[in-house]
Amino acid sequence: MEKMLHVSSSPHVRDGVTTPVLMYDVIIAMLPAAAFGVYHFGFHALLVLLVTTAACVLSEYIYERLMGKPVTIKDGSAVITGMILALNMPPEIPLWIPVLGGVFAIIVVKQLYGGLGQNFMNPALAARCFLLISFAGRMSSFTLDGVTAATPLALMRSGEGADLTALFLGTIPGTIGEVSKLALLIGAAYLLIRRVITIRIPGTYILTFAVFMFLFGGMDLSYTLAQVLAGGLIFGAFFMATDYVTSPITAKGQILYGVFLGILTGVFRLWGGSPEGVSYAIILGNVVVPLIEKVTYPKAFGKEGK
Amino acid sequence: MGLATFKGGVHPYDGKKLSENQPIEVLMPKGELVYPMSQHIGAPAVPLVQKGDPVLVGQKIGEAGGFISANVICSVSGTVKGIEKRRTAGGDMVECVIVENDGEYRTIAGMGEERDPSSLSSKEILEIIKEAGITGLGGAGFPTHVKLAPKEPDKIDFVIVNGAECEPYLTSDYRVMLEEGEKVVQGLKVILQLFPKAQGVIGIEDNKPEAIRHMEELVQNESRIRVQPLKTKYPQGGERTLIYAVTGRKINSSMLPADAGCIVDNVDTVAAIYMAVCRKTPLLRRIVTVTGDAIAQPKNFSVLLGTSYEELAEAAGGFKQEPEKLISGGPMMGQALFDLQIPVAKTSSALTCLSKDQVAAMAPTACIRCGRCVTVCPGRIVPQKLMQAAERRDLEEFVRLDGMECCECGCCAYICPARRPLTQAFKEMRKAVAASRRKG
Repeated sequence: MEKMLHVSSSPHVRDGVTTPVLMYDVIIAMLPAAAFGVYHFGFHALLVLLVTTAACVLSEYIYERLMGKPVTIKDGSAVITGMILALNMPPEIPLWIPVLGGVFAIIVVKQLYGGLGQNFMNPALAARCFLLISFAGRMSSFTLDGVTAATPLALMRSGEGADLTALFLGTIPGTIGEVSKLALLIGAAYLLIRRVITIRIPGTYILTFAVFMFLFGGMDLSYTLAQVLAGGLIFGAFFMATDYVTSPITAKGQILYGVFLGILTGVFRLWGGSPEGVSYAIILGNVVVPLIEKVTYPKAFGKEGK
Repeated sequence: MGLATFKGGVHPYDGKKLSENQPIEVLMPKGELVYPMSQHIGAPAVPLVQKGDPVLVGQKIGEAGGFISANVICSVSGTVKGIEKRRTAGGDMVECVIVENDGEYRTIAGMGEERDPSSLSSKEILEIIKEAGITGLGGAGFPTHVKLAPKEPDKIDFVIVNGAECEPYLTSDYRVMLEEGEKVVQGLKVILQLFPKAQGVIGIEDNKPEAIRHMEELVQNESRIRVQPLKTKYPQGGERTLIYAVTGRKINSSMLPADAGCIVDNVDTVAAIYMAVCRKTPLLRRIVTVTGDAIAQPKNFSVLLGTSYEELAEAAGGFKQEPEKLISGGPMMGQALFDLQIPVAKTSSALTCLSKDQVAAMAPTACIRCGRCVTVCPGRIVPQKLMQAAERRDLEEFVRLDGMECCECGCCAYICPARRPLTQAFKEMRKAVAASRRKG
């Protein structure tokens, strides 16, 4: 043996699933929703997707180069941020708005707090909220086939009913990625099967929201179901509330978090200023994660009674 | 589902097919033999011989140096070449008795004679086990005579024989059960003699159906012994996880198995108890798996303690490709070796030779809080939070978060997608906490 042997602490083997593998799985899982969005809303939606993602990846690259930090764009996390942000955009949005959002998401929300794993808010969602506040009109004007249209949530607010089939398939106005529940659920199933996420957060989130809407929204089953399928709930529950960095790490904490998000979303949708509330609920949820983790720290094996 | 097991755990590539069908081969040493005075948990043994002394097979050459300590027995006949510090598998320099083997294997008087254990008292049995230098052969090396002497023997209702062998690549326990199963059963009966109210349970992971079938055959007429198949999952053979799987009882780091009415011993240890008590043969050899993708002919050997690892590698045909990492033990909990000039000790379950080191192949990246470490941790603690405490070297916080409940099984570091050295950090923290507690 001429070469020196490697000596390190056990364990000496590692599982094959690495951070980039997980990240690319999330990207793959968002592709059906992205594809439907482009099919449904047209070429500009594709441009929004590509430009937003490019803005996020480029911001990360430039920031890390300028700061002399290792460049981490290959881990896929900036691509995810870009895709989530783009999928949260109205289809006709002028491109400079999501670009600004992407730069904000990566530089302000992610990198200034220390980069991957350190941000306490989901960068894409924080950027969306930033854009919603800054450009309220443009961010909430939805068009379909070139005509300005009210979203089903807005219509329900004013007392109109909703077509459940259209809500499920996605033939409705809305943001690029949130409209087709079918496409989103295909992606969600992929994440669950690949064990990238567990059902704990999305399951408790959606269930709590449904119960809340049923109880306080008039005990109407079809209204409750329409509320579940409308807006960004399915997208948010499976793809944003499950963001590793900004959701609780303990099993009990994840359940508590899901319940919290469900109630908050219900409150916002029923009594809030705007018909939608998923983004704000998740962002607020992000902020209480440290507290949730503190109160749900598990009892160690063999110390349960103590 | 339904199989006895525990929450958490991982399923690493098990590599057992490399050596599982290789019958145990007796390996006779060629060169000098090295007997570390510390190859068990507790105080080092005190050498009883000096340079130039003649020694015999079965002769005690190291005397237990305290209550928790173990004798060291010479496994060959010859002359003591010296007493000096040598490197052991753990990486430390340890005082060792070096013996030049004369190849004649002359034994001490009476060795190998049969003895009927039923006429022996508990005290006599424990004394025989102590004299024989038996320690746990599974990994930790706790002196067996101490383990078998709990304060209240009547409160022990389970004697669990650990045949789980959950560590990847290792097949030594499997071969012991297949080839020396009678010794295991007879040894277990000796232990049960010490604990009149206990039942004997042989726990075996269900990836070893041959061993389960064979042991079940051997115990079919034993009213106090049964075989318990266990779900195949690492670390099923850990003391706490095994006790939980078999009895549903839980112990934490500050409890002993006896606190849950249990005694746990590895299959090879139980076979050694049989040899000591029924065949008047102290602990001279152990079964070692030599395996890994870098070794030419993976095999299981019956090796005299004190034999060099280098001879093990040679006997297995040498390396077919250059090893990048050599491990004493298996890949999950074994110790990486600097070289092969290391003696086979009581806790040497395997020599695993890997051509690729997966640890060096990828640098750690940022924690993404994915929670996989939490899911797999059999101690039900939160490695991600412990790591934050470890990075700040915050001993108080580490203890508050139950870091001392970590059993160092390696599941968290194995599963971590960011390749973070969690287990390594926890080992250092646990040592630091233990040291600060000793200081008072």
